[in-house]
Amino acid sequence: MSNERTASAPHTSVSLGDVIAMIWAILALGASLGLLGLGVSLLTGSSTVPRIVSAILMLIAGVVIAVRYLPLSIALFRHRAFKRVRETMEADLVQLFLLAVLATVLFPIVWILSLSLDPRDFSRPTGLTIIPPGATLDAYIKVLTTPSANPVTFLQLLRNSLLTAGGTAILAVAVGTTAAYAFSRFNFPGRRVGMLGFVLVLMIPPGGTLAPLFVLLNALRLRTTLWGLAIAYASSALPFAIWNMKGFIDSLPYDLEEAAMIDGATRVQSFIRVILPLAAPGMAVTALWGFLTGWSEFILAWTFLTDPNKFTLPMVLRGMVGQYASGTPWSEFAAMSIVMSIPAVLIFFFLQRYLVAGLAAGGVKG
Amino acid sequence: MASVPVTRKGNFAGRLAKYAWESRQAYIYILPAFIIMAFITFYPIGYQVWMAFTNFRLEHLRTQNPDFVAFQNFVQILRSGLPVPNFNFGRILVFNIVWTFVNVFLHTALGILIALALNAEALPGKRIYRSLFVIPWALPALISGMVWHNMWHEQFGAINLLLQELGLAGDIRWLLETDPVVNLPQIGLVLPLAFFAVLIANVWLGWPFMMVIATGALQSIPQELYEAAEVDGASRWQQFWRITLPLLRPAMVPAIMIGIMMTFNQFNVIYFVTGGGPIGLTEILVTQGYKLVNPQGWYGVASAFNIIVFIILGIITLITNRISQATEPYYA
Repeated sequence: MSNERTASAPHTSVSLGDVIAMIWAILALGASLGLLGLGVSLLTGSSTVPRIVSAILMLIAGVVIAVRYLPLSIALFRHRAFKRVRETMEADLVQLFLLAVLATVLFPIVWILSLSLDPRDFSRPTGLTIIPPGATLDAYIKVLTTPSANPVTFLQLLRNSLLTAGGTAILAVAVGTTAAYAFSRFNFPGRRVGMLGFVLVLMIPPGGTLAPLFVLLNALRLRTTLWGLAIAYASSALPFAIWNMKGFIDSLPYDLEEAAMIDGATRVQSFIRVILPLAAPGMAVTALWGFLTGWSEFILAWTFLTDPNKFTLPMVLRGMVGQYASGTPWSEFAAMSIVMSIPAVLIFFFLQRYLVAGLAAGGVKG
Repeated sequence: MASVPVTRKGNFAGRLAKYAWESRQAYIYILPAFIIMAFITFYPIGYQVWMAFTNFRLEHLRTQNPDFVAFQNFVQILRSGLPVPNFNFGRILVFNIVWTFVNVFLHTALGILIALALNAEALPGKRIYRSLFVIPWALPALISGMVWHNMWHEQFGAINLLLQELGLAGDIRWLLETDPVVNLPQIGLVLPLAFFAVLIANVWLGWPFMMVIATGALQSIPQELYEAAEVDGASRWQQFWRITLPLLRPAMVPAIMIGIMMTFNQFNVIYFVTGGGPIGLTEILVTQGYKLVNPQGWYGVASAFNIIVFIILGIITLITNRISQATEPYYA
């Protein structure tokens, strides 16, 4: 790696990278001039709001590029400062790449946001806008008052979804924590087999036991109830709950429990008084994970439930998508998606670092 | 594991008594979880094995007396003899495998590439990028699936509208075109345009997970390694292949294994973006298995189908596990 002094010293050999950097700098200056010219011509033409906004954006971009590359180009021709140009080019290429990625990430999201605000009651959106003309919250109001063709209110649907998701979370935590305690603190025959058995269940495809569950819950008259649904969800959330809680309880020092038991506490007391309060953060993560599982589950709900009054939000949302509902305005589908996504995304952002830490720990253990 | 209490004193009989007492206590703690799992998971699995050998159908829900048909369900499935339109087991299996590996490859490559770009020193906007880039992972897959279904709509979808704004022909029948783009009947591989549509949707929501894992691993690589390599005159390219990639491995391999299992069974994306169409060409095993229950109501056939899927997934997991272990020179 040559440093600045050797690079600025006059030398005859110019590498391919240097040539590319030089061309890049010239292109950047050209782009800046082009943007400035386009911006000015847009401003002098007809003046609608979107035109003025894009003209201003172009002028700003043009000025930014010019400020960044004009001194560089001068330095390039005066002192042959190839290294500085190359570094700037690399930094800007990375930035451009990330901006392009950002555009692809945001494109569907911005589209849905824009659709949800659109006042034109389409079943046929034409043309792309970021903020549609005459944006309103009508679609949200419509979705929150009459979400589907069935006479069922949004609150009723929300209650159903919260009951199943919340039931899943409570069951998974309550049952998962006690089991995890046993796996963490006791040595007993079948311990390893038990842990492995719970993991194997994770490999069963979603809906893999759909057929027998249908028959079973049907026979028990639980199939069309939200309780049956919550129990079924809990069983798929349990393996994760047990593994997660076992890892968490493993990290709690055993001395605390020993001290409690020397002071005369029984095992059950030490579990309830010592472990449960300390394990609260782990239980929160497990509960939220169970909630997310229940919140966006579709397969079992769609197969088992028949009464529209017991439908969950994903089932109603599905009824609003394109081909299934030519009569539903797309703005209502968009509004409903956003309403349903907000709690899930908020919970996810809170959970993210715990989930990643758990995965990393799993990776270390192999 | 480390915190399992160790009994230090006592004779053998005493230890045995304590062990038995501890075991009993342990079983009591596990009992609730065991009951739920037994009831909702293990019993249904057993029941499923029985159902797979019967002709259990909708009408048997009331009578509960289906006929024993031995291996007829399995034979019918594997010979593609099910009376379902466009059902071809071999084609679905090949499609499912191609779907899985193309996806996981793209997720991993993009995830590492973007994590590397984000790892650049003094990058303006780094925090904003990192929090915005996980949104596709944070959204429930079924919502992303439905949104992407609408994105690809041939008349009103955002993709075709965008093509029109750019002055291109924005009338592509993304999800409906039945003429295959890739057609290799020798190996049973048929890829319609809808495959690429649903692939883009799943890559969109899949790479952020890999990026997050790769970012964590990148930050744990000691900077001195790169400094030493630079002193020794290694190019950036060499540094990437000799330092970065090998040190990313231990974190990426488990993530890739999870990715393979999740993508192989990615019900929500396939079901909601293409619905398995056109003419069943983008069906994967889990979506096909689901349709055998709902709407068909062939519980016996569906049970046999799911057992086959479970076995296939088990084999794939074993093979990929072997490959990832066999190619593990750094952490033997």
